[in-house]
Amino acid sequence: MAPKFVCKKQVLTRGISIISIVLILIIWTVSTNLKWVDPVFLPTPQSVWKAFLELIRDGYKGASLSTHILNSLYRLFLALILAFFTAVPLGMFCGMSKYILAIFDPIIEFYRPLPPLAYYALLVLWLGIDDKSKIALLFLSAFAPLFISTVSSVQRVPQDRINAALSLGASKPKVLLYIILPSCLPDIITGFRTAIGVTYATLVAAEMVAATSGIGWMVLDASKYLRSDIVFVGIILMGGIAILMDGIIRLYQHIQFSWVGKQD
Amino acid sequence: MYVSTPAKARSEMLNNRTLIELKNISLYYSNENNGLPILDNINLQLDVNDFVCLLGPSGCGKSSLLNILAGFQKPTTGEVMINDKPHTGPSPNVGVVFQHHNLFPWMTIEKNIEFGLKMKSVSKSERKRLVSYYLNLVGLESSAKMLPYQLSGGMKQRASIARTLATDPQAILMDEPFSALDALTRENMQIHLLELWKKTRKCIFFITHDVEEALLLGKRILVMHSKPGRIVVDLQNPLSQYSQSVQEIKHSKEFSDLRYYLISTIRNSKANNTVFGMNH
Repeated sequence: MAPKFVCKKQVLTRGISIISIVLILIIWTVSTNLKWVDPVFLPTPQSVWKAFLELIRDGYKGASLSTHILNSLYRLFLALILAFFTAVPLGMFCGMSKYILAIFDPIIEFYRPLPPLAYYALLVLWLGIDDKSKIALLFLSAFAPLFISTVSSVQRVPQDRINAALSLGASKPKVLLYIILPSCLPDIITGFRTAIGVTYATLVAAEMVAATSGIGWMVLDASKYLRSDIVFVGIILMGGIAILMDGIIRLYQHIQFSWVGKQD
Repeated sequence: MYVSTPAKARSEMLNNRTLIELKNISLYYSNENNGLPILDNINLQLDVNDFVCLLGPSGCGKSSLLNILAGFQKPTTGEVMINDKPHTGPSPNVGVVFQHHNLFPWMTIEKNIEFGLKMKSVSKSERKRLVSYYLNLVGLESSAKMLPYQLSGGMKQRASIARTLATDPQAILMDEPFSALDALTRENMQIHLLELWKKTRKCIFFITHDVEEALLLGKRILVMHSKPGRIVVDLQNPLSQYSQSVQEIKHSKEFSDLRYYLISTIRNSKANNTVFGMNH
């Protein structure tokens, strides 16, 4: 009985969400088609759809739409992968030794609250205007949330669990690999989700400041020519991609970490 | 008050070889306990086939003693010898079953049991054989592919015992392993553990605050007093020679006499401490 009830509730909340989206679409369609709002500020859904088809057919300013999207995603994922393979190991060492943490903590705590665009100018100066400086910027914004979630989750691994592994004959490196890492993985993946969110926002901002391709650049460039239909296509695409990425990770969490939060 | 079996009588029993020896173990924490030791000069010998139950009021240092035996904690003075060799850190020679089952929550029951074997680099086919043997021994064959959270409390604790047994330790330390279980499950687990012990005859060091549990399980019963933590009673449990069922033993006169004796000894510890505390 109980799971069925929960299921019904879930269907209900999903239904409400869908109704809310449909309502927004209806208001948008009606208000623009009846010319309540100037189409320069708010284009009709039909013209946004037309702009989308045009972008797929002709691309934008010499590059196809998929090139713009892939350029952006390439920057995003390269930075995320670099951050993952540096922040997680470093976070694990810092979580285990407060002396190592004492070395890195002040550096990370200093740069973490800074708005990325504040030091982006410096990165462009050092690394040039192309991909290198963008990837460095994105790397820095992904690094902090991953590092912090790794450190705090390593510190929360129960001592008894480590003791149990030691008394089953595990050496210290094996405890790290087989016990501490899997214990922390759910938190690390949650940190990774946060990192994707922060990095994605930074990416669009970075492309808006200095770029010649990318979905963020496309939106900014189109707005200069008052092509609000293209701006809308860009924004909807950005949102869709973000939801898709987050959804994939949530699905992975759901399948892989069914045990989380169910221990007594 | 001090009831101890003479060493001679003990040596007449089978398999009396000393496995673990605690020599002058003391443990101090600075700034705590008014400078009194947590453990004060403990000397203890555990034999190869011993089943020792350690009783004592909470906070008397039972768990500290277990942590030292397991190698999780270093004593301030003294040393632990296993087979006449110093025991300085956790090792698969000494298995530990915790109060909380402590299974690795992301591993299935069979992977949990396999863990220690993997750490010992046992071959894959041998691991498979041993895992199914120990699953069978604790009656969890049908739960092999389940995750710990999908099991009941008693099943989790059985899996935890199987995981410890699988590495074939010489001694098993148990820290109130059944205290979180309901009364009925606890009784079943006690019977199950006794059967396991009779099959394996491994040295078991079992901490409990439940006098009846100690009387039903222990071949030998120790009582600790606190402030400073020390062993005040070391007796061979006559009930362990009985062949009657648990229920019959529970209703015997000897059981209730011993129960009364042990409870009053533990109480005594508290009374002593009150007087002690007033003097300071």
